[in-house]
Amino acid sequence: MATTTARPAALDPHQHLAREAWLTVDDRRELMRYMLLMRATEERALTLYRQGKVPGSYYDGRGQEAVSVGSAFALSPRDRACILHRDLGAHLLRGVRPGRVLAQMMGRAGGLTGGRDGNMHFGDKDLGCVGMVSMLPDMAPVACGLALAFQMRGEPRVAMTWFGDGSTANGQWHEAMNVAGVRKLPVVFVLENNQYAYSTPNSREFVVDPIERAGAYGFHGVKVDGNDVEAVFQASAEACERARQGGGPTLIEAETMRMHGHGAHDDMSYVPPEMLEEWSRRDPIENYEALLGDAGEVDLDSLREEVTAELDSETDWALAQKMPDPSTATGGVFATADPVMGDGKAPWSRWAKEVSNA
Amino acid sequence: MPEITYLEAISDGLREEMRHDSSVFCMGEDIGEFGGAFKVTDGFFEEFGANRVWDTPLAENAIVGAAVGAAVEGLRPVCEMQFADFIACGFDQLVNVAAKMYYRQGLAVPMVVRLPSGGGFSGGPFHSQNPEAWFLQSPGLKVVAPSTAQDAKGLLASAIRDPNPVLYLEHKNLYRRVKGDVAEGRYQTPMGELRLAREGTDLTVVSYGAMVHTALEATEDIDGASVEVLDLRTLCPLDRDGILESVRKTSKVVVLHEATRSCGVGAEVASLIAEEAFEDLDGPVVRVTAPDVPIPFSPPLERAVLPQVDDVKEACRELLAY
Repeated sequence: MATTTARPAALDPHQHLAREAWLTVDDRRELMRYMLLMRATEERALTLYRQGKVPGSYYDGRGQEAVSVGSAFALSPRDRACILHRDLGAHLLRGVRPGRVLAQMMGRAGGLTGGRDGNMHFGDKDLGCVGMVSMLPDMAPVACGLALAFQMRGEPRVAMTWFGDGSTANGQWHEAMNVAGVRKLPVVFVLENNQYAYSTPNSREFVVDPIERAGAYGFHGVKVDGNDVEAVFQASAEACERARQGGGPTLIEAETMRMHGHGAHDDMSYVPPEMLEEWSRRDPIENYEALLGDAGEVDLDSLREEVTAELDSETDWALAQKMPDPSTATGGVFATADPVMGDGKAPWSRWAKEVSNA
Repeated sequence: MPEITYLEAISDGLREEMRHDSSVFCMGEDIGEFGGAFKVTDGFFEEFGANRVWDTPLAENAIVGAAVGAAVEGLRPVCEMQFADFIACGFDQLVNVAAKMYYRQGLAVPMVVRLPSGGGFSGGPFHSQNPEAWFLQSPGLKVVAPSTAQDAKGLLASAIRDPNPVLYLEHKNLYRRVKGDVAEGRYQTPMGELRLAREGTDLTVVSYGAMVHTALEATEDIDGASVEVLDLRTLCPLDRDGILESVRKTSKVVVLHEATRSCGVGAEVASLIAEEAFEDLDGPVVRVTAPDVPIPFSPPLERAVLPQVDDVKEACRELLAY
């Protein structure tokens, strides 16, 4: 059942015309805006790291903006997400403000975990996100559980989770895929193949492309150009629709490249320079800018200015946040009330029209 | 009140909660039409259907992980590990995802993992363990270990209704051996409160699970001494005040558990007493536990490892004479 689409050598605007049925001009502007917002937020965070304001190390998703933004754009407000550390765009799109992310990186009280966890280890429960842990892909079984709840209650909702190429070598990946297939759960697995698990290339993680395994688990698999935001979106929207209609899980493999080190401490000496050069020509933001610029639909200059202004004020806000009170470190280990998750933002224009389905 | 077995009390408690609250469901290996390896869910599939009695694939991390996902979405999963030993295969989801969720994200995880535990029937190294101490080093998990049929039902109800992940240790050697008058309908045994299994004045035996019965048998008549037996019932949160109150009365303490010795519940109880009730002691705190070895298979080897009635008697006699 796995299907593989050829990676386009360059973006073809005409190929995207067919997607206008899915995406309005405003939608395209939003896709662009969240990719720019992710990159700008991560650039600010890296600056703060270099200024010594970020304890520990720093991890980002440079070059992978199209994967997180394109996939999360398909989610409805009531869908749930378990987001990976390369996917800040998905958090921003669901409604996390950049300032809280920067505060989180700096271990401030105003960060998403109030300093209890660091870097990208967060999820805003009020926006329908269950945050990741360092063990990968631990959120894949958890996403199955979210989907199980939707299925048991007969709700047309979807759980989406992201993991990398290295995760496909872990036993929990198999357990999650198998359970999802056996119960035909409404879950969308986004494998972002960024070529390296820390320093380990694909060739040492697996022999057969993981997308080929989808059929073995009894569900649909599709491979897309992970640097093409609309291609990722289209595959994700189709997968979510399939899940909502009872068609079960989908594995999407988005082929991309981690353009920074595993963390800020990693100089990537193991990556051949020509490989980085090749992928830098396929930058997801520059390519989408070219497409939107050619189409003349979106005022990119004003969009960039808007994002820069937002990051300026968000950075100021983050820097104004206090460090957490040490006396709070031992509190809040046990819950005293039942879980209540909120819904996420869903900027895709479809949801404004179909609130009843959301 | 009908007299039922410890095992029937667990079934009864789970059934009552599932009847009362449609968000409660159970999942585990062979728990469906087959009714579970020990038949705790016998008849559940027929009453509640395949959706709420999920016969899962053999995948402990997926069972625990999916329970976390379902729990944060408002359901109340009750997972069955076929044997407590197999929680090792789902340990990562339990200690890294479930236990830390509330502290990190403020998101409650109301789930129960049932753990058929303990030895005494030649289960060997992989079907006899008492893994409670594994969880006590993982903040965010609650741990209960009932010893009576009444508490088996009441603590299961409390565990299910608690907004945290709860490990529910059900000792296999109690399943059909222990019976009790168990109230019909729903009731809760509060977590964090020990039970005074027998009142006494000369010495306190602190225990839980199957060893409570060993303690009662061993101390029924020790040269006329009045021995108090505490059934901890909950290992996290521990009833510290209840333990200290008894120590202040008797001044002599034996801590008894079937789990291995080092860094176990006994070590925790002993250090609590050393820190808080040193002045009240008339002798050293004594531990009677399994030694630090895997649980062997062959009956004479297993008997040599698991605490026996005579071991407890001897420890109590020595301490009483101190």
